[in-house]
Amino acid sequence: MSGALFAEQLLNGLQFGVMLFVMAAGLTLVFGVMGLINLAHGSLYMLGAFACAAVAAATGSFVLGLAASLAAAAIAGVLVETLIIRHLYARDHLDQVIATFALILVFTEGTRWAFGSFPLYLNLPDALSGSVSLPGGITYPLFRLLIIGVGLAIAAGLFLLVNRTRLGMRIRAGESDREMIAALGVDIGRLYTIVFALGAALAGLAGALVGSVQAVQIGMGEPVLILAFVVIVVGGIGSITGAFVGAILVGVTDTLGRFLLPQAFGLIMDASSATSVGSALASMLIYVLMALVLVFRPTGLFGKPA
Amino acid sequence: MRRETLITLTLLALLLGAAVYGHRGNEPFIITLAAKAAIFAIAGAGLNLALGYGGLVSFGHAAFFGIGGYAAGIIASAARNYEPVMTWPIEIAGSTSMPVIWIVAIIAAMIIAIPIGIFSLRTGGVYFIMITLAFAQMLYYFAVSWPAYGGEDGLSFYVRNSVFGLNMMDPWTYFTVCFGVLAVVLALMAVLVRSRFGLALEMARQNAQRLTASGIRPFNVRLTAFVISAMITGLAGALYADLNRFVSPAMLSWHTSGEIMVFVILGGVARLGGPVAGACLYLLLEQTLDGVTDYWQVLLGIVLLLVVLFARGGLVGLLAGRRAAHD
Amino acid sequence: MKSFTTTLAAAAVALTLAAPARAEPVTVGMITTLTGGGAGLGIDVRDGFMLAVKQAGNKDLNVFIEDDQRKPDVAVQLADKMIQENKVDVLTGIIWSNLAMAVVPAAVGQGKFYLSPNAGPSALAGKGCDKNYFNVAWQNDNLHEAAGAYANTTGYKKAFILAPNYPAGKDALTGFKRFFKGEVAGELYTQLGQTDYAAEIAQIKASGADTVFFFLPGGMGIAFTKQYAQSEVGLPLIGPAFSFDQGILGAVGEAALGVKNTSQWNKDIDNETNKAFVESFQAEYGRLPSLYASQGFDTANLLLSAMAKASVKDADAFRAALEAADFKSTRGAFKFGSNHHPVQDIYVREVVKEGDVITNKIIGTALKDHADAYAAECKM
Repeated sequence: MSGALFAEQLLNGLQFGVMLFVMAAGLTLVFGVMGLINLAHGSLYMLGAFACAAVAAATGSFVLGLAASLAAAAIAGVLVETLIIRHLYARDHLDQVIATFALILVFTEGTRWAFGSFPLYLNLPDALSGSVSLPGGITYPLFRLLIIGVGLAIAAGLFLLVNRTRLGMRIRAGESDREMIAALGVDIGRLYTIVFALGAALAGLAGALVGSVQAVQIGMGEPVLILAFVVIVVGGIGSITGAFVGAILVGVTDTLGRFLLPQAFGLIMDASSATSVGSALASMLIYVLMALVLVFRPTGLFGKPA
Repeated sequence: MRRETLITLTLLALLLGAAVYGHRGNEPFIITLAAKAAIFAIAGAGLNLALGYGGLVSFGHAAFFGIGGYAAGIIASAARNYEPVMTWPIEIAGSTSMPVIWIVAIIAAMIIAIPIGIFSLRTGGVYFIMITLAFAQMLYYFAVSWPAYGGEDGLSFYVRNSVFGLNMMDPWTYFTVCFGVLAVVLALMAVLVRSRFGLALEMARQNAQRLTASGIRPFNVRLTAFVISAMITGLAGALYADLNRFVSPAMLSWHTSGEIMVFVILGGVARLGGPVAGACLYLLLEQTLDGVTDYWQVLLGIVLLLVVLFARGGLVGLLAGRRAAHD
Repeated sequence: MKSFTTTLAAAAVALTLAAPARAEPVTVGMITTLTGGGAGLGIDVRDGFMLAVKQAGNKDLNVFIEDDQRKPDVAVQLADKMIQENKVDVLTGIIWSNLAMAVVPAAVGQGKFYLSPNAGPSALAGKGCDKNYFNVAWQNDNLHEAAGAYANTTGYKKAFILAPNYPAGKDALTGFKRFFKGEVAGELYTQLGQTDYAAEIAQIKASGADTVFFFLPGGMGIAFTKQYAQSEVGLPLIGPAFSFDQGILGAVGEAALGVKNTSQWNKDIDNETNKAFVESFQAEYGRLPSLYASQGFDTANLLLSAMAKASVKDADAFRAALEAADFKSTRGAFKFGSNHHPVQDIYVREVVKEGDVITNKIIGTALKDHADAYAAECKM
């Protein structure tokens, strides 16, 4: 194994981490502000990807597609929040888990009903395709750099939103004392609708962006959902910094695990079984990471102590 | 007799009635469905101890359901191939006897549940939900990709295991066994929640400090509840493996965890008959909606939403009225 | 309780069409995937099968269709239901190997016939074969073996191979290596359901291979092919037809152009049956057929040919009629080997653009009259 390959894999891990952050950003916002477990996050991600694919196919414009993904997911978010989620804030997590589990069924089959059972076409525009040369002789796909850029922008945007704007002030106030902010005359209901719609829009945008280099198909949101949960739990619920650090940690662990474990086992067994056993263990690695983090820091790396 | 006990007995009678109807009317699939409902009810009853009575929202009970199933599958297929299950450190032979398999499944679930419980109970709230999910996912990916025991293809053992020399391939016989186990589990549960342990668990959920003050560590009470809960769900897994003569990683997936949770909530959290009502209602919905449209899961989702929004306390809650002690 | 008996109403279709009748009716139970992520394959098999049934117009053929949701436990229970309640004579329809492994042994053990329109796990071709089990598609390794054979003819010396880490993935790499004579530059098992392949692509680039063979069905293949194209690795890709069938090509788009893939069927195979099939499928459903649709179509026609020869109540005669495979296949010549798996030509196809449609074109034959590697182990 050469140093260049290792460096490239490390970069891949960082990149995958940022991609995970993009996937998890909406979830961490909603989770953090409203204390809501939204299992339907993956469904909103799927909805964004399908909306983008449909509009991009109809208009030929990827940018319009992205706009459509934001709009569709945000509208779905507002509907879901006002019709269902709003009634669940006062309930325990259990009811939220079941309600959003039910929403997965509705969204998955509803999307299949609307768009058919076959995967849709969605590709990046030519301007964003291809590879560029990085220092050190690595050729790297442009879209991966693009995702790093978008991820950093979303992280910065969320950070500024929460810490520097009026809306963010209210969000933070609502986080720490729900009754007080209501008593001060802030419409907490509307605030929550806005936050939920924003989280949904971020999920939709992630779906469109990541979907364009993966597969736009029914059920695409479910692996994303589980990964996103791992990321924000490792980072600590409610912390945007935590989600970002958690995402990087998970991304690097997963990528290097997939890369190094089979090679490590290759030292003690034949190549074919080594890659099989190595990747079996690699697929469990991020869950091991999550369990370890929670054992030593029960509220995640950046979570507030309970 | 308490109203809730009456409701539980009525639910059991209804389940039995459905199976008898299938038996008389020569519609064996109804009996198979009734057996499936009984098994799901056992799994739900297990989860209910942790989730309902203990307030420990486990999103990873598929791990125990699957472990029970794999224990049954591995032992039974070893017996059919005339191979030992393991030769080291002790030699264990395969078996096709149901009671042996049940005991192994229960012990296997216990062995897995103790470390998971010790780690998970260090956290609380949302973190507990997520860490139990993480452990279940670990086992799921392990089962999919580990070469032994069939990987994603799963493990078939073709003929149901036996007890008392009965013909278990007969749906009616198999149903009666599952139904009997369900009755025993519910009876145990009724005794358990009213015992000193049950009261301590209740207090651990509502006021852990008071429990500590009375000299009992809440952690120990919770861990015991979690492990017993896992053992019951593991038993259900062994029965489910026998129902299908087959186990696969699907039993370990997070969908299964979600479904077991749905049984409990649909029926009524911390209600003795809740899992029975929930499992029956869920299967009934699945079977009827399936006929309405290809996209029947949309309807299933909507029904679940309506239950969560408007029927708090689940089906048993609707029938028995809300209880002051809960919530 | 009435509801249990009426569930068949919509999902299960009982067909009654006018036709020349032969004495004994046959009841078929089709268990296939109609909801969730893999529904496209099940729908294609069902549509292909039902098209043949409709064209034959045989009113002695009753078909019950149920959705297995891609869950093995559900499939087992549906099989029990169809055998016990619908009294089916023949089962068919399963798409996935793990579901087939759960259902088929028990079904044939009860004396039912099973005609596989898709999955062909090695266990059912070798030691676990059964006289009542017929595979109308391929043994799982076949298309991968053909890919290995094709890689030899093009002179590739070092192949990088990858597949998901589950039994069908291992069969795939084993199948490829069984025929490929060159060196394996790297071998990787990826996670089932994985969607990002940056780490794998980096290793491909570093491996010094001259070709890449991959088996990544469904969304995994779409994601890999797109990311591979974006990475501009430039090494030629070879794969089995599953990642490049008509249902998926539309989603992969231009990234798939030029990829060589192996298949026992393509829409341009030149025979009357196939031409008529492609035309009538398009007319009926408004889309191009996939290989899964052709497999469903062939399965139904095999069954109809056996019905015309023998009564299903006479299992030995009916089995002999199935073994004869006296039907017009969309693949042209079709016959069964000793283990009831196909002996057939496997073609190499190239992904091309015809007008606006991305589709496959046959460019050669990888293996002629190819049987499978497990037939010798099968004792019927």
